[in-house]
Amino acid sequence: MEFIVAKYNYWIVIVLLMIGLYAMIAKNNLIKKLIGMCIFQTAVILFYVSTAAKSGGATIPIIEHGHGHEAAAHAAHEAAHHAAHAVHAIDYVNPLPHVLMLTAIVVAVSTTGVALALIMSIYKRYGTVEEDEILEQIK
Amino acid sequence: MIWQFDLLLLTFVVICAIAAITVKDLLSAAMIMGAYSFFMCLLWAEMGSVDVAFTEATVGAGVSTIFFVAAAYRTSRRSKD
Amino acid sequence: MKILGLLVAVLTGCMLLYCAGDFPDWADPNSPASLHVSPHYIEKTMEETAVPNMVTAVLADYRGFDTMFETGVIFTAGVTVIILLRRFRRKDEADVQGDSDSRKGPPDDIIIQTICRFMAPFMQLFALYVLCFGHHSPGGGFQGGVIFGASFILLGVAYDLKTILRRIGARVSALLANTGLLVYSGIGALCILLGANFLDYSILSLILPATGDIMARSHGILGVEIGVFLGVSASMISIYLDLSSHGQLDEGL
Repeated sequence: MEFIVAKYNYWIVIVLLMIGLYAMIAKNNLIKKLIGMCIFQTAVILFYVSTAAKSGGATIPIIEHGHGHEAAAHAAHEAAHHAAHAVHAIDYVNPLPHVLMLTAIVVAVSTTGVALALIMSIYKRYGTVEEDEILEQIK
Repeated sequence: MIWQFDLLLLTFVVICAIAAITVKDLLSAAMIMGAYSFFMCLLWAEMGSVDVAFTEATVGAGVSTIFFVAAAYRTSRRSKD
Repeated sequence: MKILGLLVAVLTGCMLLYCAGDFPDWADPNSPASLHVSPHYIEKTMEETAVPNMVTAVLADYRGFDTMFETGVIFTAGVTVIILLRRFRRKDEADVQGDSDSRKGPPDDIIIQTICRFMAPFMQLFALYVLCFGHHSPGGGFQGGVIFGASFILLGVAYDLKTILRRIGARVSALLANTGLLVYSGIGALCILLGANFLDYSILSLILPATGDIMARSHGILGVEIGVFLGVSASMISIYLDLSSHGQLDEGL
């Protein structure tokens, strides 16, 4: 039971991945396949972001008391003097998967744009976006 | 990291994903994908990644939805399955 | 085909579920993802770059190469959509096209047009705000660039495509996408010319007046975010122009 409760984010991510995979394999309409790919991509991003979370009161990855011009100069002085205001890694969520997933989101929208351009070219050439009708016309 | 909120949002996300690939009208599928992107954005904001949530709100729910609507307008609007 | 697809999906799902038993618990502070190089980023960001937003600092400074190639990816996507769809007509060809005449758009709605025209400059101002405050709050180059592009797309949806083409033509948007990537790699090349490694911003303190090494890194991050902003906004507008008019750039949605 603890096995299921402690890792429930992985279950839902796997369910979403399989919905996306099923849509990409089994649907005939090309735009539905593309929607399946979009679901797959966002499910993978959800998986990575959920590994970055930390329980126990961790906050968002923006350092507190860091605003203002005097704080920046203060931080520059502190770097030289090793003073207080130490930042502990346990207080903030892990920022590294967030950075990688920012890139992944932008790549996802680029891929969607190019795929939609391809679908529009196919429609102009064959007159349909259903896969079985296109395969019949190719034969 | 409130687990009740997480579970509710994850349920909505799965319902939106199944609905987006089941409806036959492609314009409705594009709109449901927009709603799916917004639910994902809420999930990520609740997990603490505000930058990723901001990017998904603009890119996924804004620009990607309008690309789908443009493509569904220029090709056929109804799908056979 | 559908039964086969369902079977494949269920089998793969069961295999993944079996493997998920070995993963660390959710939100465990001692999971391996949070242990090796990530504490260095969290603890040293404020000392080394004076940027409170850790994600922006890691994105543009510690992992700057990734971001440069990502800007290249979105620029390539814009160029690919142009190659796939754009019809380059010469000006002396007759402009009568069969299918564009038969597709009349919906009648102009004055409420929508007035509201969109009112909102567009505020969206652009907000986009510039998000770009400049990427150091202190969530934001940065990508989000600002997409909001800026979306303001033009909003005008294109409320009015027609000629509105976008009058304000920012197809050639200008392609040129701006180029310029974004050029600004990013130009800052990197400038760092080489000044004597440091590629994208090592601390050497920029030699040419920026009255800044130390740490503030020079902060300004370098702002510079590359401006490059990303230009590239992303122009690519979004360019992809929309091609997708909504099927390359002919005469009328949109």
